Parts: sequence; C-alpha cells; structure tokens
Amino acid sequence: MESTTPTMQGAVCPLPISQHDHIVIGHGAGGVLTLQLIQSVFQKHLGNVILKQGNDAALLRLWQEVPEGQNLVISTDAHIVSPLFFAGGDIGRLSICGTVNDVSMLGAVPKFLTATFILEEGFPIVDLKRILVSMARAAEEAGVRIVAADTKVTEKGKSDKLFISTTGIGWVNRLHTISGQSAVDGDVVILSGPLGNHGIAVAEARGNLGFHSQIKSDVAPLNGMIAELLQAVPDTHVLRDPTRGGLATTLVEIACQSKVSITLQEADIPVDRDVRSACDMLGLDPLYMANEGKLIAIIPAESADLALETLRNHQYGSNAAKIGVVENKPAGQVLLKTPLGTTRHLDMLAGEMLPRIC
Amino acid sequence: MTNKVSSESIRQTKAVMEEIRRVTTHPWNIMEICGGQTHSIMEYGLDQLLPENINLVHGPGCPVCVTSLEIVEHALQIAMQSDVIFASFGDMLRVPGSSTDLFGARAKGADVRVVYSPMDAVKLAKENPEKQVVFFAVGFETTVPAIAASVLHAEKNHLDNFSILPANVLVPPAMDAILSSPENQINAFLAAGHVCAIMGYWQYEPIARQYQTPIVVTGFEALDLAMGILMSVRQLEGGRYEVENAYARYVTREGNLVAQSMINQVFKPVDRQWRGIGNIPLSGLGLNDNYKQFDASTRFDIQLAQVQESPICIAGSVLRGTAKPIDCPAFGTLCTPANPLGAPMVSGEGACSAYYRYHKVN
Repeated sequence: MESTTPTMQGAVCPLPISQHDHIVIGHGAGGVLTLQLIQSVFQKHLGNVILKQGNDAALLRLWQEVPEGQNLVISTDAHIVSPLFFAGGDIGRLSICGTVNDVSMLGAVPKFLTATFILEEGFPIVDLKRILVSMARAAEEAGVRIVAADTKVTEKGKSDKLFISTTGIGWVNRLHTISGQSAVDGDVVILSGPLGNHGIAVAEARGNLGFHSQIKSDVAPLNGMIAELLQAVPDTHVLRDPTRGGLATTLVEIACQSKVSITLQEADIPVDRDVRSACDMLGLDPLYMANEGKLIAIIPAESADLALETLRNHQYGSNAAKIGVVENKPAGQVLLKTPLGTTRHLDMLAGEMLPRIC
Repeated sequence: MTNKVSSESIRQTKAVMEEIRRVTTHPWNIMEICGGQTHSIMEYGLDQLLPENINLVHGPGCPVCVTSLEIVEHALQIAMQSDVIFASFGDMLRVPGSSTDLFGARAKGADVRVVYSPMDAVKLAKENPEKQVVFFAVGFETTVPAIAASVLHAEKNHLDNFSILPANVLVPPAMDAILSSPENQINAFLAAGHVCAIMGYWQYEPIARQYQTPIVVTGFEALDLAMGILMSVRQLEGGRYEVENAYARYVTREGNLVAQSMINQVFKPVDRQWRGIGNIPLSGLGLNDNYKQFDASTRFDIQLAQVQESPICIAGSVLRGTAKPIDCPAFGTLCTPANPLGAPMVSGEGACSAYYRYHKVN
C-alpha cells in the first residue's frame, strides 16, 4: 500500500487569489482583484510618480513643465489590431507610438499619455505583461509618461482579447502653424521612408500572405525625429503620418485641406522590394497600405535639402526621399507621374482595401 | 528599395509604343479581356501613350463584376443562415446584391470570412465541424484549379460540412458571345495571360478563325501589354487573324495539363448567367455528378426572390465593351467605389473602378 503521508516542504501558504493566469471578470469589478491587477501588473510595468499616486485623476504641475508661450495639444486614438503581436511590434507599442505621433504631427512635444485597457475575460495575463513591457519601452523611447490609466473587463466574446485607447498631451510653440491647411504652391513633399511595411507585417501575422517574409512593421515614435527636423527647418508647413489609408489617402486629405494640388513622381516613392512583391501577389497597392512609423513633411523648396539631410541622419528616416511638389490648383487633386511619363489620379481609399482575385 | 518598373523595361515599353504609332494606319478597337489587364493599363497610363486611332475596350474579365445578381443574392441568403461560415475572396464582399452586400450581411450577424485561398475555407471546415463552411467559388479559369483541389481535399478528408457555391466562368465562350453580337466592334483581343497559363491557348484558335479576329496572349506588365497591343496591330494591319503568344515566359499552347485534369475531374461546363450580359451557353463551371454533394446551391433550402439591377447603371454595356465607364450618367457621382451601383465599380479589376481610380487627366 502506498504511503499517504504528505511530503513535507516546509510551511505552505494558500495561494493568493490574484494568482490567475488569465483575466477573470472579477479583475474589472473594482475590488481586491482589480487592485491586485493594477498594482502587480499595470503599475509594475507602467508606473511612475504620477500614476502611482493612485488618485481618481492625475495632477499635472504644468507650470513646472510647460515653457511660456506654448499651446496645449491633445490627441486620442483607439487601437485595435489582430493579431496583437506581429513582426516588429505589438498593440502596446502601437498604442504609444500612434498617439505620440499624432500629437507630434502638429509640431508639438508629447509629454503625457493616458491609457484605457478593454480586456476580454480569459485573456492570458502573461500576454498582458508582455504588451505592457512593450508599452513601457516605447514610452521611454518617446520620452512620455503614462499618468492615468483605466481597465475594464468584458465577458468572453463581448470584446476581442485586448483594445487599448490612449490620449496624448503635449505642447507646441504658439508661433508654429504646422497644419494640414498650410501647404502652399512651390512646397516640396518629403516622405521619411519606404511604404507598406506595417500593413504587410500585420497581413503576414494574420497568415494571409501564404508565405513567410522578413518584413517588419515600421511602428516607431517619430517625435525625436520631428524635433530635429523642426530645429533644422522651423518653417515646416505640414507634418502628417500616413497610417490607415496610406500615402495616397493622406495626401488627398492634405490637398483638400490646403486647397492645393500635389504631384508625385512614382519612381521616387520608396517601397522595399519584399513589400512590393507581397503587394503584387495580393493585388494590393503600397500607396494605400498602412504605415505606423513614417511621416510626410511638406516644406518650402529652399529647405528641402536640409530637411532630407536631417531626416536621413535619424534612424527612422534613413531612406527619406523627396517624392513630389505642391502646386496651386486644382484644389484637392493628387496626381502621380509614372515612370513611363503618363499621369494618373490618386484618390482616397474607398472602404476597406480588398485584395484582387486574379 | 525598388522601383515598380525597371529603367530598361521603361525604355523598351516606350520603344514598343513608338513602334505601335509607326505601324498604325487605321483605327482599331482592341479589347483586353482580363480585368487585371484593365487595371494595369490604367495604372501605367498606357492608354495615354497610344495613338488616337487605337481604342482599348475593356472586356468582361472581372469575375467579381460578371457574377450574376441571382448568385450574389444566393450567397447572401446562404451567408445569413445561422450555422454557416461563408468564406469568400475579399473582392466579393462589397459587390451589391439587390439590397445589401456581404459586408452588410456580416454587420447583421452573418459569419462572413475573407480568405486568400479556397484551402483556407477547407481549413475552416476542419476547425469548425459543427458549422457548414461554404466557399464562394468565383473567378475565371485562373482560380479553378485551387477550388478543384479544395473539393478533392474535402472529399479525401470526409469534410461533409464543406461546400462551394459554384460561380466560376470561362473566357472563350464570353469572347464568342461578344464577337457573335450584332453590336460587336472589336477588331482584336488581348487574351488573359494568367488564364492561358492554366488552359493553354489552343481553345482560341477556332475563335480567331471563325470571326477572323486576331487574339494575342498577353501578360500584365507595361511591356507585356505594349507587346500584346503591337502584335495585335501588326496582325490587323497585315490582314492576319491568328492566335499569337506574347507571354511565352509563362504560357504554352497546351497549358498546365495537371491543373486541367483536376478541373475536368471536379467540374463540367454549364450555362451561366453573366451580370450585365445575360446567359452564355456553357460559359460556367458546375460540379460534376461525382462531386455534386459539395454544391452549396442545392445543400440549403433557399427560396430566391426576383431581383432587379439598378435602372441607371450601364454595367452591361461596359462589360460588353459597347460603352466606356465615363459614358454612364452615374459615374463618379451616384456611383463611386465607396457606394457602387454596379459591380464594375467594386473590384480593382472592374473597368469602372479602374477608370475612377486612374482615369485620364483632362
């Protein structure tokens, strides 16, 4: 008969109830479980002096931080991506960079972020931790602090794994007039690097390519590069990141806002070889693919060389290129000159980009 | 970093275009049969480089565009069944039925999935044994071998919950229908390179002879298209009407015999309704008797109501090549890619969509 005497391992405490491997509905109930999740997971990875105060709201001593003569800039963005992890990034890095970049596109210096996490019941806490580590790393790189955060948990099936919404606050010298309305006749259009890497990396992570590639998402915080650009070229007219809808849609928006025409040289628009091949196979157009670490700068022609040199000296702009010019009219028109010398109109992306069949 | 077209290819394309200009003495209407070619012509702006008396006519070669309203309605009804996962190529999701499209059905609760290959749908069937998985089998001969393979795979693995909604169409009967129409003004055809890579081009020889019309197997790059047009014009100017191959790096006269035998094992030619054109005898593929258990059109008990096309849309004339998209009163106003009235505005291969995106700068 086998012995029933338990093996003695010393004093054993019962496991605390926070030791769930997955998000349970109680994590969103506002009680002990919520507190444990906040303290042991969120504050552990994202914590800073302001967040750890644990109040209902963050108190920002702006008089200590904001120089005189600045305007406040705020942007908010919800981040949904499937799958949550992809080559070159994840939803955490995306949620920081997306909002940091949006604030930066007015020439502002992003400083503070808030974040809301919608978690689906059953989401693995190990994945949540991985995402928070990635957020913390991206925030550190961008020089921003997450000063307020909220968590909600939905029943299984009522959301999809994890949604993150972030709001960014920064400030900009009130003399800056960087805006989508500021492009004028004679300006030059500069793109900070090759198109489509993010869109294809996510498509591959979804298993939609049907083959493996080395393509990585370009997701990156661009505020450092923008600060250098604005130091070199303070009279930059427009900054915009070509995210959803891609370069073409973004430029049509700018052409409409500024009531100008934009003409691009197709041969000058950078696209990596692998991205081009993947797009060709899937029937997708790199001009409409999403990017998460690229910017369009529209600047006076006399500053073009200096702007290019400045961007190319930065790790996220090493392949920056001059891709086109701004002309007076017709307002809202974007033209593409092909290498054959022909011309075609570019329009906004209509709905979802659908791969062609043949 | 790479350019879409190499500088050598640009130089050669321009030289071929110059040669087309040199040899053209008469006005000719040349139809590119394939929507992928329409897309490329517009993308490269090749029509802007042609002499004025060469008129490119955009053919019915967009499988999304020619899928009949009845089949689209059938697809919507099947997709709305509660136990169904409806899998489709992305293009089909925005094709309007009489009141909604597959995106609309999805928003109302239908489980509609975009797949990139029919085998992805078979995988869905394996992973979801409690669901019926239906693949929307659209496309010209190009997509058929993969669809045939998916049916054979489902049979081998006893996946009784997999079926296809057959909507495939064939190119040669469509060409025959266009050429035999009293309205026909087409002088030569660019045959679709991808279709011929599968099927070969021997089937086109009787058509070229019967209608005394040159047919040139043509690819999709700027230089391929320029060569296809040049070879067509040379035949027309010389009074010849042969099948020539301008895409020999991928296409042989016999085609891919393995793929053809797989197609013949699973499918048989059937009459098919083409959207905007009407019924064309033996222009579609239906399942052979041995595989009819995989036919979704008979698996579900669905009563289809009478459906009607938009009265303004001239998709039929566009697909027959008797009108250009810009001739339509709704083009670019009532009908845009975001709000298509007719199928040619939906797919990137559709002539209206290609015109909308790339149309010539005035």
